[in-house]
Parts: sequence; C-alpha cells; structure tokens
Amino acid sequence: MSVTGAAPAGHVGRELRRKEDPRLITGRARYVDDISLSGQLWAAFVRSPEAHAKVVSIDTSAAAARDGVHAVFTGEDMSDLGGALPMAWVPPGVEVNNPEHWPLARGVVKHVGDPVAVVVGDDRYAVSDAVEDVIVEYEPLPAVIDPEVAIAGAPYVHDQFGTNEVHQWSLAGGDVEAGFAEADVIVERRVVNHRIAGAPIECRGVLADYRAGSLTLYTSTQVPHFVRLFMALLLGLGEDHVRVVAPEVGGGFGQKLQVYGEELFACWASRKLGRPVKWIETRTENMTVAHQGRDQISHVKMGAKRDGTITAFHVKILADFGAYNMILTPLIPSLGAFVMGGCYKIPNVQTDITGVFTNKCPTDAIRGAGRPEATQMIEVTLDQLAHELGMDPLEIRRRNFIPKEDFPAETATGVIYDSGDYHKTLDKLMEHVDVAAFRAEQKELRRQGVYRGIGFCTWTEICGLAPSRITGPNGVGVQAGLWESAMIRVHNTGAVTVYTGTSPHGQGLETAMAQIVADKLGVDPSVVEVVHGDTSIGPEGRNTYGSRSLATGGEAVARATDKVVDKAKAIVAAELEAAPEDIEVANGKFSVRGSPDKGMALADVAGVAYIGAVPEGMEPGLEETTFYDPENFVFPFGAHACVVDVDPETGKVNVVRYVAVDDCGRAINPMLIDGQVHGGVVFGIGQALYERVYYDDSGQLTTGSFVTYAIPTAAEMPSFETDRTETVSPVNSLGAKGVGEAGTIAASAAVTNAVIDAVRPLGVDYMNMPLSPMRVWEAINQGQGASPEGGPQS
Amino acid sequence: MSSTVNVRLNVNGTEHELDVEPRLLLVHALRDRLGLTGTHVGCDTSNCGACTIHMNGEAVKSCTVLAVQADGAEVTTIEGIGTEDNLHPMQEAFWNNHGLQCGYCTPGMIMSASALLARNPNPSEEEVRHGLEGNLCRCTGYHNIVKSVLDAASKSGAQA
Repeated sequence: MSVTGAAPAGHVGRELRRKEDPRLITGRARYVDDISLSGQLWAAFVRSPEAHAKVVSIDTSAAAARDGVHAVFTGEDMSDLGGALPMAWVPPGVEVNNPEHWPLARGVVKHVGDPVAVVVGDDRYAVSDAVEDVIVEYEPLPAVIDPEVAIAGAPYVHDQFGTNEVHQWSLAGGDVEAGFAEADVIVERRVVNHRIAGAPIECRGVLADYRAGSLTLYTSTQVPHFVRLFMALLLGLGEDHVRVVAPEVGGGFGQKLQVYGEELFACWASRKLGRPVKWIETRTENMTVAHQGRDQISHVKMGAKRDGTITAFHVKILADFGAYNMILTPLIPSLGAFVMGGCYKIPNVQTDITGVFTNKCPTDAIRGAGRPEATQMIEVTLDQLAHELGMDPLEIRRRNFIPKEDFPAETATGVIYDSGDYHKTLDKLMEHVDVAAFRAEQKELRRQGVYRGIGFCTWTEICGLAPSRITGPNGVGVQAGLWESAMIRVHNTGAVTVYTGTSPHGQGLETAMAQIVADKLGVDPSVVEVVHGDTSIGPEGRNTYGSRSLATGGEAVARATDKVVDKAKAIVAAELEAAPEDIEVANGKFSVRGSPDKGMALADVAGVAYIGAVPEGMEPGLEETTFYDPENFVFPFGAHACVVDVDPETGKVNVVRYVAVDDCGRAINPMLIDGQVHGGVVFGIGQALYERVYYDDSGQLTTGSFVTYAIPTAAEMPSFETDRTETVSPVNSLGAKGVGEAGTIAASAAVTNAVIDAVRPLGVDYMNMPLSPMRVWEAINQGQGASPEGGPQS
Repeated sequence: MSSTVNVRLNVNGTEHELDVEPRLLLVHALRDRLGLTGTHVGCDTSNCGACTIHMNGEAVKSCTVLAVQADGAEVTTIEGIGTEDNLHPMQEAFWNNHGLQCGYCTPGMIMSASALLARNPNPSEEEVRHGLEGNLCRCTGYHNIVKSVLDAASKSGAQA
C-alpha cells in the first residue's frame, strides 16, 4: 500500500500502531465473560425446537428441584415489564405491522430458538443441565418459511394482522416508466440476496447487577446508550439509576446493534433475585437467535440507450424480516434505497419495498445493512446490461458515472452525495489491473481448461449516520437523534482523556481519535486516552454502527477539542500578553505566531487553568463538551476488482486476486483503513461464496454452528491489494467518511461478476449467490443460457 | 455431578492442584478456576480456535480437552508467553502489523501461530494460511494476521 503525496506533518495521516493492542495481545482485555461478580448466578434459556407452535404447558418442577438451581422463570413471571422489546422506526405515513415481542414467549413461539423459559442457578454447568429437565409441551402450528409463500397469504405468523406483510415503503425519483420507454435495451433479473449471520467470534453475553435501586449491566453490545434507555423504560427505572457498560466487545458486525430480550431478562432477574445474573451465549444460540441479515428477493429492471446510458432503474424488494421486528428491522432495506442509483447519473430510480414475516429468526442490520443488497442489484445488473449491449463492463460504468463537477450531487431521489470522483478511483484501480493483459491471459487459460474470470464493482454508499433532521421522527422516522457527543478533559498534568459517545469494538477509534486530538493540542497520542462504552462516564452518546464513528464521532471529538484549544489560547494570550488570535499550536506548544520560543506546553496551560489563574470572567478548568449533528451523510466510494478461477468439474470457486481502491475521504490512519477494507471484503466474499443461513421447509435451522455455517478461513482467502484516493468530504472538518462497511458493500458484487465472467463460455449468463460449488456446478451443467435461481430461499 | 477428581496442572510455570468435575473443560478450568481469562471461547464445536493454548508444547483447543486429560501437563496460555513489558515476538508482530481488531480471536491466533513457527520456523504464506485454518477471525480478513506471522518468522530467522 502506498499513498501518493507528502508525508503528514502531524499524527493524522500516519500509520500509528494501535493504542488498544497491548491489552488485547497479552490476554489482559476484559470481555463480558471475563467479568465475575461475587454472588453471581448463571442463566440458561429453554428454547423452542418448533418453528411455530402453541405452548400448551411448561413443567419447571424437575428443573427447579435440581441442586444448584435457584429459580426457573417463564413468560408469565415477567408480566411486570413496562412494555415489549422495542422497534424504533415509525415512518411517517406508513403503516407497519408490529407484533409484541417479549423476552420470554407468552403462549406461542414463532421461530426455532424463541425462548420459553430460563433457569437461573449456581454455575454454567448446573443451569445447562437443568434446561434439559424443563418439560415443554408444544402444539405445532403451520409454519411459513418461504417469503414468497408468506406474502401470498395464510398461514400467518401473526394471525392478528390477517397478513404476513409487515409494511410497504417506496422511494422514487423521476419517472421510471418514462425512462423505460426511452430505453433501447431493458434487462430484468431476479436478484436473491440470501440470509447471512453476523457471527462475531465473541457471542453475546450479559452480566446484570441490581443493587440498592441501581442497575449495572455489562453487555457485549455496540449500543450501550440505547440499551440503557430501554432497560430504564422497560424496568421502570430512572435512566440515572441505570449504568450500561460495553466492556471489550469481540466484534459486532451489526448483530450487537440491538436491544435483546436476554439483556432485559438478566436485569429483571437480578432485581428479582437480589443477585448478579450472568448469561453467556453459546455459538449455537448465537447462530439461532441473534438477529441475522440480508434475505431479500428482488425483481430488478434496468433500461439503457444503445450507447449504454442508463435511463431507468426499478427494483421491487421482498424483504424477509423473520418472526418479529427488532429495533430497526423494517428500516434496513430502505438504507439501500437511498443509494439505489449507485455512483451513476440515473434520471429515474424507484425502490419499492415489501416486508414480510416468516417463522424464522428476525433480521436487522448486519454489516452494510441494505447497502450491500443495493450494490449487488446495481452492479450485477449493470454487468448483465453491458453484456446485453456488447459493451465493456468498465466502459458502461464510466459512461454513467456522476461527473466530479456535479458534486455535491443530488440524485434522482433527492439524496445529496457530498463528494466524489469516481473516474479517479477507477483510474487508480486500472494502475493495478491490466485488463487487456488479463483478457489475453483468460483466453489462453481457457484453452488449457482453466476458467478464470474478472469482476468489477464501482460503488458508493451512504454512511456517517446521521443528520437527525433527515433520519429523525419527522424525516425517515427513526425515533432518535443520531448526532454524536464528545467530551475532552485536559488533566492537571496535561494528559488528556477523550470521552466519546461512540462504542467501538475493534475499529481502532481509540487510536484514530487520539491522533486527531494530539495534533490539535500539540501533544503525543500516547498521552491521549479515549474512553468509551460506559454510560456513567461522559455525555449521552449514540454508539457505533453505520460507519459513523469517525465521520460523526470523530468530528464531535475534533469540535470539542477545538473548544479546548480556544480556551487554552485565551489563557496563553493572557499569560504571554498577546492577542488570542496570534496564538498557534506548533512544535508541541501554544506559542505566539512569529515567536516560537515564547510558548506554553499544554501541561503549563492546564496548570494555569486548574490553579484558577485564568483571565477575568473565564471559568477555571480545561474541559469541553460538544454535541455534533451532521448536516449531511457522507458517501464513501471505490472501485474493486476480483479475479476468480472456477473449476468446471466441481464448481468450486477460488479467489485468485482481489484489488480494492477505496476513497473514504481524508485518511486519519491508513493502516486502520486497510484493516477495515480487508475484513469488510472477506465478509462480502464469505457471503458470495460460502455463507448461508439455511432453514428447511419445516423451519428447522440447519446452519446452527460453525460446522455447518462456513465463515472464511485464512486458507481460502488471498492476500489483498489495497490503494486509495482521498476526496475530502465537505460535511465535516476532518474531511473524513466511513469505511467499516465499505469492503462488504463492494465485495459480493465484484465476486459475483467475476464468477459469471469465468463461466460465460460454459453457457452461464447469470447466477445468484451463494456461489457454492453445487450452485455453480448445476449452472454449468444446466447448459446454455441457463439462469439457475436455486430454491425458494436461495 | 458431585464427584470430583484431583488434577495437577502446571500453568505458565506455576503448579496448581484442582478438584474438578470429570466433565470440566480445560478452558473453563483455566478461565473460571484459575482466572486466566485471556483464553476465549467462541464456539461449541472446536471450529474457531479462540481457546487455543499450548499443552506440553503443542497447540491444542482447550475447549476440546477435559481438565482431567490435562492432568500432569504443562500448559501455557496467552498470559504466559509474554507480558506487556516483555512481549513475545509473535505478540509484537501482531501489534506492529495490525494483526488484530476486536482482539477476541487474537490470543488463540497468537498461540496457534507461535506453535506453527516452532514446527516450521520459515513457512511460506501458503503454509501460514493452512496452518491457521483452525482459527477463525471475523474482523481482519486474515491479511494482516498472515503478515504478522511472516514478520515474526523473518525476525526470529534474523536473530538465529
């Protein structure tokens, strides 16, 4: 990886190794299961083996009688809750069917894994044993698994609605019918984006400790502030008496952007029993009941002129939400709708979404959340269109790119892209990939029986959540502001603590934020500590998801630091008898411009501030808080290329090469950016080739462990080639955009296009993911022009 | 399950004597009984490798070993191979090469990787990738993990 341009003057822009790492590489970090409280009890859940059933009876007597068991609870015991589990999206003018969803089922179970009882006892072994002794009698009800069957009518997941439809939601710009009327060629495809799991390596876990009217909850979450609010509301506690701590969190990928029933249960039970209550999820539970993602079947239609100019794009999405709405479930496909035109100037774009209940685990945000699905629809369809027109796939992209002069660019649907230079990023990709040489090599290899293909994805996305006026109750309808906070405390000694309302869990924000603060205050990043994930420390926050933590959380940190700098300058100006506007931070000092010898280090400034020798009218201390609500989202973009080999005998796909050129605005720490891209790309490759959550026709989950759900290992993955361009965002002072989801948003489409390119000579024009050996083998063997779409869920 | 068995373990150079249920997993003995929480559990099926430790010098998944099977064994965990002031070269290499993000798989990765280099001090990239097949990471895409292991190998080669 090399970035052109001058070396950065400060810490921003440098590949600083992470401040987080010493505790993590030595085994000294504390994840939830590493925390034990004296007197703690353990919980284990009794879960439904049925996809849909009436709970006729629950006999807890044998379990309750076991040694080491303190209590067994069922849904009836939890009748004192202040409400059901939350769903926080209320789109204006749209009706959303929203069934009650309880931590323990009340009389009926709606998917395999739905909890019906909990055993609480002395240790993890005792409660696991006792779960086996809880006798539950079920009366099976008809289950509906296939979303296309579910939307057609009965049986219903929730009878009270008389339909399985959750909602309908559309976003349209221009007039797609008029656009198709102008088109010379129209391509239509059924694009299936199958269900996947977040599968963080740390499963979920909670430890709740209620004592003397106050609750502390340790939970493996991305969103401690949201969890606090709902624990307080649902348990009838003041928020001031609820502390939620996200300690070290072992990966989230959206799965831990949630308010889960197990969290609520542990808090409730701790209050009930007067003891701390711990629950550590098993992998099987995590695969069965932690929310899943994607699961959309879309009918897409793209029209273009003979010269490749796209005239219209219309997608109709059927989104399988599973059995309940979780916190943002029905919103997720809409996140894709906001960028359904991709990085192209398309005058007429329409997205029509229908949500549907099925007797499966609920879906919600998983890395990318709606945007990988949108990108798959756009980028795979564009390749299909290019083939139809006999055009080069890169040529059709270049022809339709929104030109850089257009930025900030308003799309057909009224979304304003902040900045972009799509040609530049693709040009950079072409510096790494010699397509002409590849085509010659491809031809030669085919003569030898090797089917090699190349696929491209030029993408943009919407992130940096979020401008509250757009996403809030009067806009898109999320029942929260999505601003971010930061507090900067300069201590007496000049050491600095940063409190961020984000809740990073692997992204490296402790390092990136320290770099930003260090430059502004003229100190070394080693004396800047970044604190996060504890609602009792620092201001109210809005947590980590949607690639927001740097663009939104980092900007809050920058603004709070600027306030500190302003105050420090006023103090220094008074001390040095200069004007505040003449004070600058240079060489680790606040000094008078033009007189670098005359100056004060931050520690000296802090000394004055805390002694109270501040100018007349100024408060003592050196600490500032900011709440930052962005004016717009940010729109990272990039150009990826994937090279695969397909074995025509077995259908096995091997990723030979992957090149990613990304633009996430100004790079604060390029090493962290590359790391996010690597992991994101593998997440996308995993979905494209290996991963699939699968339910059989009766609603039994057949992918309940890492034996049957195949996340990629080191052996299947290549090394990656990454590069970047830097097109600054005008939205924030850092010029930064998000990058956490970028690789995932791009990769599955690049892989799909590469596999199709490889097998075209074998008569396959189109395939849906997952491009498993069987899927590819079947496609090849179905012969000329086949368009296998797989089974109903596939 | 009230009957217990007495086991002796040498963990990170310290002798321990424990009365354990015969079914107690070694990983739970290390974590819950000895407080060595650096060894993690990430699955129920011995796939993820987050619990990898060294037992008598070999990398093993401690979720797949009963504490009683480890009776008399020498066990090394992530806490035993290096400290913040005196990092093991593999720990240093993971830090220098951004070989971790959330850190949950990291102790197991470091234990597997260090055992790999003990067997094969100068592995190819391919050998590293296959050698780490039993350790899952969801964050890094493995790129920087592989880079870390190759870096550690080249540095220890340079010292030799």
